Amino acid sequence: MSEGTERSRPRLGLWLPLVIFAGLFALFVHRLTSPVDTNVVSAFVGNPLPQFDLPAAASDRPGLATRAFRTGKPKLLNVFASWCVPCAAEAPQLATLAQAGVEVDGVAIHDRPDDLARFLAANGNPYAAIGRDDERKVQLAIGSSGVPETYVIDGQGVIRYQHIGDIRAEDVPMLLNRLKQAGAKGAGS
Amino acid sequence: MIAEIGLAVLWLAAALAVLQLVVGGLSLRPEGRVLAALVRPVAVMQGVLVLAAFAALIMLFVTTDLSVKLVVENSHSAKPLIFKIAGTWGNHEGSMLMWVTIMAVAGAFVAVIERRLDEATLIATLAGQAFISLGFYAFLLFASNPFARLAQPADEGQGLNPLLQDVGLAFHPPTLYVGYVGLSIAFSFAIGALVTRNVGPGFARAMRPWVLGAWIFLTLGITAGSYWAYYTLGWGGWWFWDPVENASLMPWLAATALLHSVSVLASRDALRTWTVMLGVVAFSMSMVGTFLVRSGILTSVHAFAVDPQRGAFILALLAIDIGGALALFTWRAGTVTEGKRFAFVSREAALVFNNVMLSGILGIVLIGTLYPLVTEAYGVKVSVGAPYFNPAAAMFAFPMFVVMSVGPLLRWRHDRLTGERGARVAWPLLVCAAITLSVLVGLELVAHHITLLPALGLAIASGLFPASMLPLVGRNLRRTPLPVWGMVVAHAGIAVALFGMASESAFSVERLAAMTVGETRDVGPWQVKLASIMPVAGPNWTALEATVAIRYAGAAPVELHPKAETFSNPPGTRNESALKTRWNGQLYVVLGEQATDGRWQMRFWWKPFVPLIWLGGAMVGIGGALALLGRVLTDIRRLVAKDKIAYRRMRQGR
Repeated sequence: MSEGTERSRPRLGLWLPLVIFAGLFALFVHRLTSPVDTNVVSAFVGNPLPQFDLPAAASDRPGLATRAFRTGKPKLLNVFASWCVPCAAEAPQLATLAQAGVEVDGVAIHDRPDDLARFLAANGNPYAAIGRDDERKVQLAIGSSGVPETYVIDGQGVIRYQHIGDIRAEDVPMLLNRLKQAGAKGAGS
Repeated sequence: MIAEIGLAVLWLAAALAVLQLVVGGLSLRPEGRVLAALVRPVAVMQGVLVLAAFAALIMLFVTTDLSVKLVVENSHSAKPLIFKIAGTWGNHEGSMLMWVTIMAVAGAFVAVIERRLDEATLIATLAGQAFISLGFYAFLLFASNPFARLAQPADEGQGLNPLLQDVGLAFHPPTLYVGYVGLSIAFSFAIGALVTRNVGPGFARAMRPWVLGAWIFLTLGITAGSYWAYYTLGWGGWWFWDPVENASLMPWLAATALLHSVSVLASRDALRTWTVMLGVVAFSMSMVGTFLVRSGILTSVHAFAVDPQRGAFILALLAIDIGGALALFTWRAGTVTEGKRFAFVSREAALVFNNVMLSGILGIVLIGTLYPLVTEAYGVKVSVGAPYFNPAAAMFAFPMFVVMSVGPLLRWRHDRLTGERGARVAWPLLVCAAITLSVLVGLELVAHHITLLPALGLAIASGLFPASMLPLVGRNLRRTPLPVWGMVVAHAGIAVALFGMASESAFSVERLAAMTVGETRDVGPWQVKLASIMPVAGPNWTALEATVAIRYAGAAPVELHPKAETFSNPPGTRNESALKTRWNGQLYVVLGEQATDGRWQMRFWWKPFVPLIWLGGAMVGIGGALALLGRVLTDIRRLVAKDKIAYRRMRQGR
């Protein structure tokens, strides 16, 4: 334990701090030059939608079932609720997407028909179909933890992308691009 | 005008740092001796100038000069004065200026007061300090100018993140900074000693107060930060093994080891190489920590001012400063002559053991912090948390605590624990060991649901506390030197904090409840009743405030007011917990959201003895302060005596 013992050996130990630091430095350089995507991709992406058949939530739109997503055309699946403030904020973006020819289907979470009708009257109704999910069964089954969330589903009913939170104006081109990619994949397989 | 003066003064200070480095370097050669007299005044001047630059920036924040970019981005004319001042260092540029200021001012202090160290080593030290400072001057002046003006003055500032508008947080960063940067002096002393090959007790005595001072600030900064996280974040935890927490813990561990080995070097002239290495490592850890925080390569709650370019700049500084210092160490340490030897049973040996254990913990923390980076290089995402850190660190910490109770009782150089001396040391220790053992056995019998680590922690803390008092036994307490008191208080503080940590993890009671107004629940020994929920408004936030009536074991009820706050600009929410502290623990109440059926989500924790964690931390800091005070007083007394002798000699015409 005394320093006397170090004398008799070649003092290789003295190199240790420098070697450790060189390793750290290499690691840091590597990380700075190749930044990693820190977004965690949902484990549900790449999986087919689970089986469900939801009753209609609004009087003027049909309900929603898994088979509606097997049409060969990519669609958006929007998880929302009338009691959710950011859902109202993203309504104009959903309207823009619907105008661009995208079919948007909705799942209304834990909602009442009157509230929902009022919400759709106030914020517009971009949905082709709205399913009613009072027990959050479908929401949990597709790995959504809150509202709003938006999924890109390809023509074979496979989840291709999950967008968490409200859709902002700058997200619209990205979503259109995702839909295009999903279209290519869904048709190809 | 102030901004221009500040910038000009900063450039001048940087120029003086160049001068300090060049003149210092030249005067180490025999033909440059004449230049040596320049180094101290230059160092002092540099400190004064950079302090003026920092004062200029504070002035800009106090007057809220909205033509300065940094002020616009981080301040607001309507902020209270204290947060305007705190805003100076609550951002990247200002905090880097603070960094340079502390470095230069510390360097100036060394230049003024250090008279014991041989002149060559001192000049090499000041040149080293100038060298490290220059990197940070370059960083400030070329990549993060705090005095930059806007082309058009703004109408109003953008304000400071509301989470940071907290008095505790206004002073937590500067406290840590003084600690981090104070270690740069130890680093420079180590470089200076390596350059002149003069590693001895004189060098250790010169370095010791700086290490001690920086270590006190680190201790207090970490303790305060932990308490802040505990009461504002509303998660009920006090340490999360977050990368930035680890970044502050690593320099602390290195500084703790350095503090002990520098004492060995100062009083026994042993552990020369080891002390120099720790001097380099301690500040290196500060710099690595800064790099991890500023470059954004680790994901963390603290990752402010993230900018890859700044990261590259700091990384270059790391390579030059740490790489250079370690290369110098590797090259020169082999020629540092051997220090004094010591026996296996001696105070030195105990200190060496604890040094190795501290370094072990440092290694554990370093590996755990960087492991996610390594795996991500191979495309695998992992997060490392308490299940790794706690047992791995305990593996080194627990043996260290055992040796820590014995070490201070041993004699320097060589001790023989036989006969009468053996009995005097061994008996009290045996009593402490018996306390430890009986607590452990008692816990296993009474509460066997407690897992091994907290049980061991409680047991060891119960034995360590009396053991840390033993160095006072048999001493005249009035004449016991302050550093001994400091050691006793700090070691006892470790025991107190350990008891708090272990108790928190062994006995905490957690209740998550959805409650209607008027409902009552039991939380450990407490009865809690949700009395009412009222909206309240602050200057830039609105909140729901709950009134919770709490009773401890049937005593009179007390009211607590946890809040769920919503900030408007920038938008955000914060759950402000409410705490009730008793001598035997703390009740922690958080108000959550309202469920759709109208009930309120409430979280309650009863944490027995949890305040001991921070009380212990404060004791460790106070112990350090006592030791520092003792050393400084001794130094002053010695200087006064020396002056008297010189004066008498002068009068006698000798």
